Amino acid sequence: MRLHEYQSKSLFARYGIPIPKGRIASSATEAKQISEELGGNVVIKSQVLVGGRGKAGGIRLAKSHKEAEEYATEILGMEVKGIPVRKVLVDEAISISKEIYLSIANDRNSQKPLLMASRAGGVDIEETAIRTPEKIIKRTIDPLIGLRDYQLRDIAINIDLNRKFWKPFGEIITALWRLYVECDATIVEINPLVITAEDKLVALDAKIILDDNALFRHTDLAEMRDLDDEAPAEVEGRKFGVVFIKLDGNIGCLVNGAGLAMATMDIIKLLGGKPANFLDIGGGASSEKVAAAFRIILSDPNVKAILLNVFGGITRCDEVAKGILSATNLVKPKIPVIVRLVGTNHEEGMRLLDGTNLIAASSLYQAAKLAVEQTCEVVQ
Amino acid sequence: MSILANQDTRLIVQGITGNEGLFHTEQMLLYKTNIVAGVTPGKGGGWVLNGKVPIFDTVQTAIDATGANASVIFVPAKYTADAIYEAADADLPLVVCITEGTPIQDMMRVKQYLHSRKTRLIGPNCPGILSPGETKIGIIPGNIAVPGNIGVVSRSGTLTYEILYALQQLGMGVSTCVGIGGDPVKGMGFIETLELFESDPHTDCVVLIGEIGGNEEELAADYISRRMTKPVVAYIAGVSAPPGKRMGHAGAIIDGLSGLAETKIKKLESVGVKIAQYPEQIPNLIKN
Repeated sequence: MRLHEYQSKSLFARYGIPIPKGRIASSATEAKQISEELGGNVVIKSQVLVGGRGKAGGIRLAKSHKEAEEYATEILGMEVKGIPVRKVLVDEAISISKEIYLSIANDRNSQKPLLMASRAGGVDIEETAIRTPEKIIKRTIDPLIGLRDYQLRDIAINIDLNRKFWKPFGEIITALWRLYVECDATIVEINPLVITAEDKLVALDAKIILDDNALFRHTDLAEMRDLDDEAPAEVEGRKFGVVFIKLDGNIGCLVNGAGLAMATMDIIKLLGGKPANFLDIGGGASSEKVAAAFRIILSDPNVKAILLNVFGGITRCDEVAKGILSATNLVKPKIPVIVRLVGTNHEEGMRLLDGTNLIAASSLYQAAKLAVEQTCEVVQ
Repeated sequence: MSILANQDTRLIVQGITGNEGLFHTEQMLLYKTNIVAGVTPGKGGGWVLNGKVPIFDTVQTAIDATGANASVIFVPAKYTADAIYEAADADLPLVVCITEGTPIQDMMRVKQYLHSRKTRLIGPNCPGILSPGETKIGIIPGNIAVPGNIGVVSRSGTLTYEILYALQQLGMGVSTCVGIGGDPVKGMGFIETLELFESDPHTDCVVLIGEIGGNEEELAADYISRRMTKPVVAYIAGVSAPPGKRMGHAGAIIDGLSGLAETKIKKLESVGVKIAQYPEQIPNLIKN
């Protein structure tokens, strides 16, 4: 679960990481008021959960209260990559003398937390990673003993940090580590961590992604989820434990298991069709869950056929068949539905589907072929 | 014949009284898996399935009473780490964790801890092990594979079943199928499994099933070129997957170009691995 910048900064503040003074606003009037409270220049920052805000014009420096109001009006009326901006963060403007990059993230290659730091912080950090990777210091952290003091010194030295900043820098990394562990983050990132003209360290931006699997022990953090920033179908899916990602094709896919769901999309594409979505109903699918998955797929008007591929393991095919029947009885889809069930209790599952207008397929290849043929006919 | 487990494996089911634990205990017993005990804290002294399997409160007491040497875990995700620590502290040589949704940092600590123990972990979020005709530990349907000389290793769950089924349809048998699981931090990986297949006299070729994300397939390709004498056939899922949602700069810096299906396929092809375009193509690639 990705947090907004303002949410991430509130967590930074809780852990003692210095952030600029500022507050969140959902109207231009509010933004102006905050600007007046802060006194000097302010930065108006759109709060959306996509990258590239700055390049889209979603971050502006306002040199007067009037400008703050104007820019807030503009930004609150715009969309960043199709997502309407509903909130802006109004932060005091900071004079920057140096930008540092700092992050801690789960690293699947080392199977440990990975701390990364660079003296070349800022928007071009990914470019730096490709062109001059030696400028990015990477250190794995033993998850059982945690971050040690010697590592703080090691990092400070390797990013050429002036000795007078070692202490505050060390405190910030330590706080970031605590936040990462205690909140079960998958990524915590400060880019840039700036040294101000007054020689203070301040986190100018903040990015936190939390591990969805761990949200059960962070109910306060789970409440920060911004449903406005997610596609309604994805939100609906999550309610039922269904992972749904919309794509732009016309063959709806309902599959159990992420790997098989991808394989199903891949073969549709291989045979010349276009998958409309990725959808994984997961393990132990109940009738309720399958019915919800059906409704989610059918809510996309582009879908011209549905391919349902369920290979039972932990998922029982009779349960799936009941789900399909209750869903089709409810939604009555007017488009072809191709069904393939194999695995635990699959004979019982297929028997339940006998005598319905569902199209049965015996192999994945055949099922995909039927689906592609159905959608080609629709086009003609 | 098989790697990792056989008829002599004496299995404990951790979380035996839960819905999935009980359902799959029954399925495993039908496959003649030698389940000697179940563990559910607070229910020790009881029995499940009409007196077929005794329940113990702890893994250690279950081992002491039954001589168990492996466990399979079905506990809810929030108890996964504890269940693995318990099994590792009891020195079980093999632990297979089926549970999905385990917090990643829990697994990073578990993984680090296991370096100091004797336990070999498979999973979590995996379908387990099937040695056709001998034993099954986990949830792979027993009726979709017959005994044979093909080793199967996979990061996926149901996709693995698809491929086992495709092999079976053509009468091609499997020595052992190992579902290593799809979580970013997990126990045994491709390379360790390939090593076991390479030294198993009853495995003649290996099917590797990978997917997008991480660099395990790339590392497996290196291993295959350096050490494997047996042919390997692979399928990589996710060629059509759109570039994932951006996960901050850190994700991009760590991953670089590894993780894409194309990168993995190219790397595997470059070391002589035949790549299937769809799962049901695998049997033909093995035959030819």
